[in-house]
Amino acid sequence: MTVAPADNLVTVTIDGVEVAVPKGTLVIRAAEQAGVAIPRFCDHPLLEPVGACRQCLVEIPDAGNGRGFPKPQPSCTMTVADGMRVETQQTSEPAARAQRDVLELMLINHPLDCPICDKGGECPLQNQALEHGRGQSRYDGVKRTYAKPIPLSPQLLLDRERCVLCARCTRFAEQISGDPLIGLLERGAKQQIGAFDGVPYNSYFSGNVVQICPVGAITSQAYRFAARPFDLVSTVTTCEHCAAGCQLRVDHRHYEVKRRQAGDDPAANQEWSCDVGRFAFASARGDDRLTRPLRRGPDGLEPAAWPDAIDAVAAALSRAQGRVGLQTGGRLTLETALSYARFAHAVLGTADVDFRARPQSPEEAQFLAAAVAGRGPGQAVSYADLDRARRVVLVGFEPEDESPIVFLRLRRAVLRHGLKVQVVAPLLSPGSRKLSAQLIPAPPGAEAAALAGLEGLDADCVILVGERLAGSPGALSALLAVARSSAAAWAWIPRRAGELAALEAGLLPGLLPGGRPWDDPGARAQLAAAWGIENWPPAPGRSAVEQFQAVLDGQLSVLVLGGLELADLPDPALARRAIEKADFVLSLEQRRSEIAQLADVVLPVGLLEETSGTFIDWQRRFRPVAQVVDRPRSGLTEIRLLSVLAQALGSDLGWRDAAGAAAAWDGLPAWTGPSPAPPAVPVPAADRSAAAGAGLRLASWRELIDDSRRLDRADELAASARPVAVRLSPATAARLGLDRPGAGPVELVGPAGSARFDLVLDSSLVDDVVWAPARAPGDRSLAGLGLAPGDPVRLSSGGDQ
Amino acid sequence: MSGPQPDPVPSPADRSAGPADARSDADLLTSDQTLADLRQLIERYPEPRSALLPMLHLVQSVEGRVSSQGVELCAQLLGLTAAQVAGVATFYTMYKRRPAGRHHIGVCTTALCAVMGGDAVLAAVQRRLGVEPEQTTADGLFSLERVECNAACDFAPVMMVNWEFMDNMTPAKAEALLDDLAAGREVQSSRGATITSWREAERVLAGFPDGRADQGPSAGPASLSGVELSLKSGWTADAFPPPDQPTAGGESR
Amino acid sequence: MTQPLVPVLTANWGQERSWKLDSYVAQGGYRALRLALGRSAAEVMAEVKDAQLRGRGGAGFPTGLKWSFVPQDNPNPKYLVVNGDESEPGTCKDVPLLMASPHTLVEGVIISAYAIGAHTAFIYVRGEVLHPIRRVRQAVEEAYAAGYLGRDVLGSGFDLDIIVHAGAGAYICGEETALLNSLEGRRGQPRLRPPFPAVAGLYASPTVINNVESIASVPAIIARGKDWFTSMGTEKSKGFTIYSLSGHVAHPGQYEAPLGLTMARLLELAGGVRAGHQLKFFTPGGSSTPILTAEHLDTRLDYEGLAEVGTMLGTKAMQIFDETTSVVRTTLRWVEFYKHESCGKCTPCREGTWWLVQLLHKLEAGQGQDGDVDKLLSVCDDITGKTFCTLAEGAVACVTSAVRHFRSEFEVGYTTPAWEHLPYDASALFPVESEGGRA
Repeated sequence: MTVAPADNLVTVTIDGVEVAVPKGTLVIRAAEQAGVAIPRFCDHPLLEPVGACRQCLVEIPDAGNGRGFPKPQPSCTMTVADGMRVETQQTSEPAARAQRDVLELMLINHPLDCPICDKGGECPLQNQALEHGRGQSRYDGVKRTYAKPIPLSPQLLLDRERCVLCARCTRFAEQISGDPLIGLLERGAKQQIGAFDGVPYNSYFSGNVVQICPVGAITSQAYRFAARPFDLVSTVTTCEHCAAGCQLRVDHRHYEVKRRQAGDDPAANQEWSCDVGRFAFASARGDDRLTRPLRRGPDGLEPAAWPDAIDAVAAALSRAQGRVGLQTGGRLTLETALSYARFAHAVLGTADVDFRARPQSPEEAQFLAAAVAGRGPGQAVSYADLDRARRVVLVGFEPEDESPIVFLRLRRAVLRHGLKVQVVAPLLSPGSRKLSAQLIPAPPGAEAAALAGLEGLDADCVILVGERLAGSPGALSALLAVARSSAAAWAWIPRRAGELAALEAGLLPGLLPGGRPWDDPGARAQLAAAWGIENWPPAPGRSAVEQFQAVLDGQLSVLVLGGLELADLPDPALARRAIEKADFVLSLEQRRSEIAQLADVVLPVGLLEETSGTFIDWQRRFRPVAQVVDRPRSGLTEIRLLSVLAQALGSDLGWRDAAGAAAAWDGLPAWTGPSPAPPAVPVPAADRSAAAGAGLRLASWRELIDDSRRLDRADELAASARPVAVRLSPATAARLGLDRPGAGPVELVGPAGSARFDLVLDSSLVDDVVWAPARAPGDRSLAGLGLAPGDPVRLSSGGDQ
Repeated sequence: MSGPQPDPVPSPADRSAGPADARSDADLLTSDQTLADLRQLIERYPEPRSALLPMLHLVQSVEGRVSSQGVELCAQLLGLTAAQVAGVATFYTMYKRRPAGRHHIGVCTTALCAVMGGDAVLAAVQRRLGVEPEQTTADGLFSLERVECNAACDFAPVMMVNWEFMDNMTPAKAEALLDDLAAGREVQSSRGATITSWREAERVLAGFPDGRADQGPSAGPASLSGVELSLKSGWTADAFPPPDQPTAGGESR
Repeated sequence: MTQPLVPVLTANWGQERSWKLDSYVAQGGYRALRLALGRSAAEVMAEVKDAQLRGRGGAGFPTGLKWSFVPQDNPNPKYLVVNGDESEPGTCKDVPLLMASPHTLVEGVIISAYAIGAHTAFIYVRGEVLHPIRRVRQAVEEAYAAGYLGRDVLGSGFDLDIIVHAGAGAYICGEETALLNSLEGRRGQPRLRPPFPAVAGLYASPTVINNVESIASVPAIIARGKDWFTSMGTEKSKGFTIYSLSGHVAHPGQYEAPLGLTMARLLELAGGVRAGHQLKFFTPGGSSTPILTAEHLDTRLDYEGLAEVGTMLGTKAMQIFDETTSVVRTTLRWVEFYKHESCGKCTPCREGTWWLVQLLHKLEAGQGQDGDVDKLLSVCDDITGKTFCTLAEGAVACVTSAVRHFRSEFEVGYTTPAWEHLPYDASALFPVESEGGRA
């Protein structure tokens, strides 16, 4: 929080306690600073004041001008004035009475179903009624009743008779996430919350309304009747789903997580979370959870004893003599990533490490090594910078899908501070529209040119780029060039929570932990001293894609793959061929997967909720991951497992747990040597094939809710996904003859197959580009069709052939 | 639109059979004419959303109520969500979610009209039509509503037909009026035009005049009580300032 | 004693085709507009301010002062919005004006918009009055055709557009911020203040909202001058106004008079209570103003006189009830009105009116229990002073004033239905065949 200059402060006296607060502070907030909690229902610090519930009435005997208000005033809408005196329920009988009166009215139509209400035990209304309500109601009339519950969406249920019409949920939907799909309906005593028939409240942020509902009116299918609040054990931790760095409060009972709620981190998620963070936590509870090692035998993978499996792995890794490729995915903590790094460099003697289970390029690796790695919070853009910025340019980055809290913070800045958002993209997405963003139209591949062409940038501007720019040649080079010349700030925001930690841990070819360039002999010497590395491989290591190629070329013989999904990889077919050809494949997995099914040995690893560690969010803040349940079903964390393997190989990982890894990280000296050179890939010449009519190009990204396996066993969440469709501009659709009404689905054709999609005409879309979701459910992954963004693609009427 | 009604007392089932031409109403809603009219309404305002109330009047003039389709059409034209439009459509009592009759009858039963005989008028209308308030007759000819004060208290008890005034009602007058309407005879509002239909009235409310502004009197008799007394008594505005008061500038403060 | 009535706004209501432009102009209409356009906007504003015209829509806030709150240096457009949502029970003055002489209002709008620098004005009329809306729309069209509206009004360089907007059934839209929400195509629920509409009203721009009668009074003030206006009325209630009489009175209707005559005098002008009956109670300014009884007949009908007896001038709507009337029944109907019209935004109004209606139903049906009258007052106490806007205060005022004057009649409800105590048939203006006296 910024400290207001003294001349901006006013002094108010609340229940005799003097506090100095910034001008414009609401009385209810000032009271909090004076240590006085005024009861409230509609008030929420992150929503615009509304003054609807009237529970927070206080007496104001002096408004600062010597005159008081004759009647109690709502403290949630009144701002302080210098010299104001406020008397709350604690010191004023009229205030206490006013609050009791309002409470009595609030309760006349409220059901007495606390014993079966999810909110019971943590309900502000219940607490207020118990503390200040009458023991017995004076109301003997007819209570308002409704059919109950009614669905607001696949995820949310509404019990209208419990609702106190505080409008927190509807204000959240409108003011915060910009999805006003629920609203107040009807009038007067019949007023109620509701969605429109047939248009469910499907928002990426809908779960927040459950959390901010001050009664049990809105509940989630996922948690309804699942537990009582007083039976839950809460743990504060960090969300593992993206790099936003959200604080979560995870509640578990009997070693099973029951629900997750947004924590309160003003420097990141404030009090919000996205629905994936909130609801996607049960994916490993299915029958596919691995709890015992598997080893390939004559009949395929069979359960194996731990010693046998470890011995088999050790034997294979010894035989490989360093010809091992190691890929970890982007979801590990810093401690686990560092363990893999040491395992690769010090135990296996390989530099072929890569965390990027996604599109990648040498330009990107150079960019990450030169401009991203080795930087702390002081050297990076933060959420607060987004609040302060005059202009933010998004390139290859769709915040609502790829970092939802960044989206919320941008939207807040747009609404509160007049931030102007521009987006370099082929179309205005739903998220861009909610940011009132200006489109800088760019077909895929034209990002570098668009970046180079940005005008009017200065130090008050921020450029946010996503990991997808790896697929757009020259774009990351252009970013660094334009940032250098304009003084604009920039940030690289990856989708996955573990990418920055993996980068810092050195799980990137050409890079060592702490941002040390592999090429720098001094850097290698430092690490060799720290980790006891005697021999270095001759070259700085291969990227993930190069590793697969090297297996096919016979240069690598063993693959160690942790937490990887084939469908996530830029070329799943190549990966599959390599995995099939490798002499030996070790898969470290929580659940059976396509890759695990192809492996020679599969070792089960623990869930994140069973371990602790650190994520690095996109602001470069180190965010603690706390162990939530203390009974790991697999028995071993990845770190412990790597240490066991090291031992079996006659070596030593150097630590056995996250604390040891963290100590090792802290013990590494900061790298003060030169950084690697930044990439300098030129802006590609205008693409000839982009000329009108030459053909279609593919634009795509992953939507927040798609067929990702992390959403398994969160069926309601999955059901709230956006409708799956490909998009075309009306002109392009007309050119292709696909614009006739009722034309039905279209067929998207790639080199490896085709898939059927509904077609939506979108006038914001650049001509001759088709946009498609990267990972639509139903085997419609674009990578599976052999397609990547920017590729030429064919689209035909679904009736063809 | 919003699920079951929350009245503690279950409301009687809607006896309306609905118009036989419901399908054609839906088609009319998306006709070029309706779309052009809706767009014209949007054009009239500095900000598009201001046109929503008139648009909903127009929607029900076309389809005889505000259906889900009507809500979605307005939402689409204004760039709003259907929930936002539904929130508005359900707030105002003039928007009918079930098909209104050809003639929409409103009987005022707020305190003054009720006491002066409005309750008796309503009872007579209910008997004659065989429906309760908020219902439509099976033949689709009449819908009935208990209206709140309609700003015609000096003509109490008051009844509205398609939002035209029927002043100084009695049960007998109300029944005769309903008979005339049912028979298709021409009916004149006490202080308004000849009765057309609820839908035509809604179109006028939306902002498309029907050329009937010059029908009817300038005012009803009660409206003129004071001015006629003044005329008779020779009282005019010119009598001021009265002779015993100083004129401009003479006052001290 | 000067003349008790003064026809100004009502003067032409009985004339042939009074609603037409030519008829209005023949009566001197639009003369005031020419006078106003010949003066500066500030001068016009000062004239209205000095005339001490107070809002005629209920609150009585000085109109000119309201205008002066518009920040003229605000870069946003300024708007004038006329509140024609006349819905307060008993109130029936604006609707006849809109019907009989819409040009009086249009002329007032043009002058007022000129004074505050607005180039767009809205006339918001409740939707349930079809014919007045026809007449106002036509008047606006006529005014455009005659050059009183549009670009360069009468060659003055002043531009003005008027948009006539029909509401859709919501009493609360008479509350000015709810009206703005409604005019913006939203639910008609009141807004927080501050910001006040004068600073951030329609489309977050400076906006003046005035009642129909207030704006319609402006041409006369301009044409005849502030001194003419202030020569009428009482010390703090200047000018003339329209009193609306309804109910058990010989000649109900609109009586335009200088402010401050007594109820006794007004009732006398209207021919007294209906023949053979006596006054029981009346509302001085619509149902939201505490009722009075025969003991208050000598009260001056101005802002101060009525405040002295604990009520308000409100909309100057006198609903007169004779001795046949059940006060329990009228109170219930009024409270039902407020319940029906409660917007639902705040707890005390939404829930409180719900409760009051149930208690009053029991009392009307003779099913009250000992203590219910006190409970009724206690629920009123729960509500009062805690609501977002003043709608529910109207419901509270009905109940508390009725109980104050007629407590024993409410207590009859512990044993006897109101329709048995005071058969309802007797109140009707016509013979009623009814069952059990319950008309």
